Amino acid sequence: MARVEAEVGVEKGGFMKWIDDRFPFTETLKLHATEYYASKNFNIWYIFGVLATVVLVIQLVTGIFLTMNYKPAAAEAFASVEYIMRDVEWGWLIRYMHSTGASFFFIIVYLHMFRGLLYGSYKKPRELIWIIGMMIFFVLMAEAFAGYLLPWGQMSYWGAQVIISLFGAIPVIGEVLVETIRGDYSISDITLNRFFALHVIALPLALIALVFVHIVALHHVGSNNPDGIEIKDNKGADGVPLDGVAFHPYHTSKDLVYIIAFLMLFSFVVFFAPDMGGYFLEHANFEPANVMATPEHIAPVWYFTPFYAILRAVPDKLWGAILMGAAVLLPLFLPWLDRSRVRSIRYRGWIYKLALTLFAISFIALGYLGLKPAENVYVILARIFSIIYFGFFLLMPYYTSIDKTKPVPDRVVYHD
Amino acid sequence: MTNDVDRNRRHFLTVATAVTGIAGVGAVSIPFLSSLKPSARAQALGAPVEVPIGSLDPGEMVRVMWRGRLVYVLRRDEQMLATLEQDRDRLRDPDSENIEQQPEYAVNEYRSVKPEYLVIEGSCTHLGCAPLPEIAAGSLDPTWPGGFFCPCHGSKFDLAGRVYTGVPAPSNLRVPPHRFVRDDLIMIGVNTGAA
Amino acid sequence: MTDSVRYSPVAEGCSILASLKQAAATVMLLAIGSTALAAGGSVHLDPAGNDVDNLKSLQSGAANFMNYCSGCHSAQYVRYNSLARDLELTDDQVAANLMFNADKTFETIVASMPEADSARWFGKTPPDLSLIARSKGTDYVYNFLKGFYVDPDSKTGVNNLVLSGTSMPHVLWEQQGFQNAIFEEHAVEDQEGVTTRVFEGFEPATTGSMSKEEFEHFARDTVNFLEYIAEPERSTRRTVGTWVLIYLIVFLIIAIMLKKQIWKDVT
Repeated sequence: MARVEAEVGVEKGGFMKWIDDRFPFTETLKLHATEYYASKNFNIWYIFGVLATVVLVIQLVTGIFLTMNYKPAAAEAFASVEYIMRDVEWGWLIRYMHSTGASFFFIIVYLHMFRGLLYGSYKKPRELIWIIGMMIFFVLMAEAFAGYLLPWGQMSYWGAQVIISLFGAIPVIGEVLVETIRGDYSISDITLNRFFALHVIALPLALIALVFVHIVALHHVGSNNPDGIEIKDNKGADGVPLDGVAFHPYHTSKDLVYIIAFLMLFSFVVFFAPDMGGYFLEHANFEPANVMATPEHIAPVWYFTPFYAILRAVPDKLWGAILMGAAVLLPLFLPWLDRSRVRSIRYRGWIYKLALTLFAISFIALGYLGLKPAENVYVILARIFSIIYFGFFLLMPYYTSIDKTKPVPDRVVYHD
Repeated sequence: MTNDVDRNRRHFLTVATAVTGIAGVGAVSIPFLSSLKPSARAQALGAPVEVPIGSLDPGEMVRVMWRGRLVYVLRRDEQMLATLEQDRDRLRDPDSENIEQQPEYAVNEYRSVKPEYLVIEGSCTHLGCAPLPEIAAGSLDPTWPGGFFCPCHGSKFDLAGRVYTGVPAPSNLRVPPHRFVRDDLIMIGVNTGAA
Repeated sequence: MTDSVRYSPVAEGCSILASLKQAAATVMLLAIGSTALAAGGSVHLDPAGNDVDNLKSLQSGAANFMNYCSGCHSAQYVRYNSLARDLELTDDQVAANLMFNADKTFETIVASMPEADSARWFGKTPPDLSLIARSKGTDYVYNFLKGFYVDPDSKTGVNNLVLSGTSMPHVLWEQQGFQNAIFEEHAVEDQEGVTTRVFEGFEPATTGSMSKEEFEHFARDTVNFLEYIAEPERSTRRTVGTWVLIYLIVFLIIAIMLKKQIWKDVT
């Protein structure tokens, strides 16, 4: 009797109590938002994780609506994309958001990873966050690759043809592997159908699961910050880190500003430059796939070109594939390659700063070179920058241990 | 922490942000929801269908598809038209009072624009099977004046598509929007009197 | 979309800004190289100079397309009723002037010549032109239309500067007339005795009904139409985009104010 009265009496409180008795709602909200403390001195480098989640949601929602109208069959795919662009109300907007989102996803993810390099976010105790993040990156690359086949344009078909046949370079199992991936003796309707299944269901599920686990791992340890110090080492009498502010409302309100600024940039591209000069939507892909005519220049989409440049820099097919794979995998080992006792670049010596600068330059340069034909001076440059790229990782145990670091402060550096 | 001015300002700004944000979410949902509407291709495929009736003899029936649905166009002869009023008391809705089953210009004893031509959807109002035309008198039983018989659960309709009592179907067969473009041409999918 | 939105100073300002940004992107692109660009080879392309917002030009281009191109080329993704709506023509005007082998305005543009026949007669099926302006570029098509020259070795008696070995005849010979292409042999650097053929210019062989400027105008209108059909939603997209950006700027300002207010007590 009394219990019923209590529930009815204070409606709001009663409702939340009913939920909380059965589900850790308020508890979760506190643990992960209102009482999750992150450093107050986050700068712009810290927005890219949030933006990646925003873009993930954009891709999922636009992807669902595209799937309602897209036909995953070789004879119909290209036409179904044009159907979406012209006949489906607002279909063009949904398509452009999805194609723009794909490119922005990689810009954001690369910048997000770079933040890790700047502030040592992969160092103990955050190695697992980094490993999960790298797995997200691998799945994202597979997702983008599968997705690009779907419009069934000239570049879709021939790009997939080139990249899939790379796997044929693997000794012994290569040819069987390639045939298994394709499901046929050449890229066909069968390949398209299975890539559709991967792109729409399998890989998104994997991505969502990995992102969830990525955030759980992060919250378990607590976020890093631009000074690379552990804010939990300095707690106030109430147990709250002195340099921390609650995620909600502090970081939520700050992130909202950056999210809107991002949406402005995103909208500008979607509405005024969706092709981005042929980099986001490639010109050759406005022609339906023609198995009898290869386009003049086959290159993967811009976000794969750094690795493609490394592949082509090596004169041997197998070794090129191996080194390209190594280039993608190497960042995974950063937590153990990096011997510095200091996390943030703010307190590292000149050697690391130089190395990181060279790495950034070579990554961008390799990206540019991957778009050019593999001739003359481009090949030489690709080799030089590939060496720098590998050098950054492979020499890291050495140069990070001899690097003269600066003393790390106790408290974060914060300016109003 | 904050004084009252700050608190009020913060509250105001929070509300302003929330309202602006919700407005944005609402606006963004419009294109997505609109994309669910029939596309230009669906509208093209669902466009009105022309049915030439110049060579239709009295007592003859023709079947056409409109929007994926079966439509019967029957040219009733004098005998058929005469039987329309005789079984009124055995019909569930003899005066077509259920307005959902026909446009207003088909609310008459013939349920059609011109008495001779019946335009009716071949979809039983029970569960959607295609009723069989049994338009010859006596084809079902000796007293059968002619009409439609649904084989799925036995519903019966007269020569104006009106449903008999005592059968599972609850309402008369639907009359689709249609108009006479010319005496020998019916267009199904546009209303009579429409622009 | 109404005229008032399309010509508003804000939209104009934003489109100027957008054009500047696109120009910057294009310059960057040209500096970067040809991979992402549509045109193959190193043929110089005269800019088409078309304005895809010019309705009159698009209407002329539509007529040109239907009269001279749709005999062999389809535009299979374009519906007559969308043309009517975007080009501000009535359904009757479209039916009377643009629909030759179609009955209903919701139909798409289908070539008059059956594909099997055209494949037999020309050696390959004339490609669908719905997206040619996006895959090859407007300038490419413009120069293609202007680029036919007399070539006795070719089956059609002509060749094309932009697409060597094309199986398309000089459909617009009555308007442009025929022209000869002048090639000169230039020595190749560092390679003794090797020369390469360089295009120097055209010289008219016969006159057509149009002067050079008139024909360029004709070709410009036609490729303008092709650019429009490749991306029919372009003007809507830019109008909606302007409103979206305005909304976001307003939202940004409010969000900044909120953030500053909440962060006031953080030291």
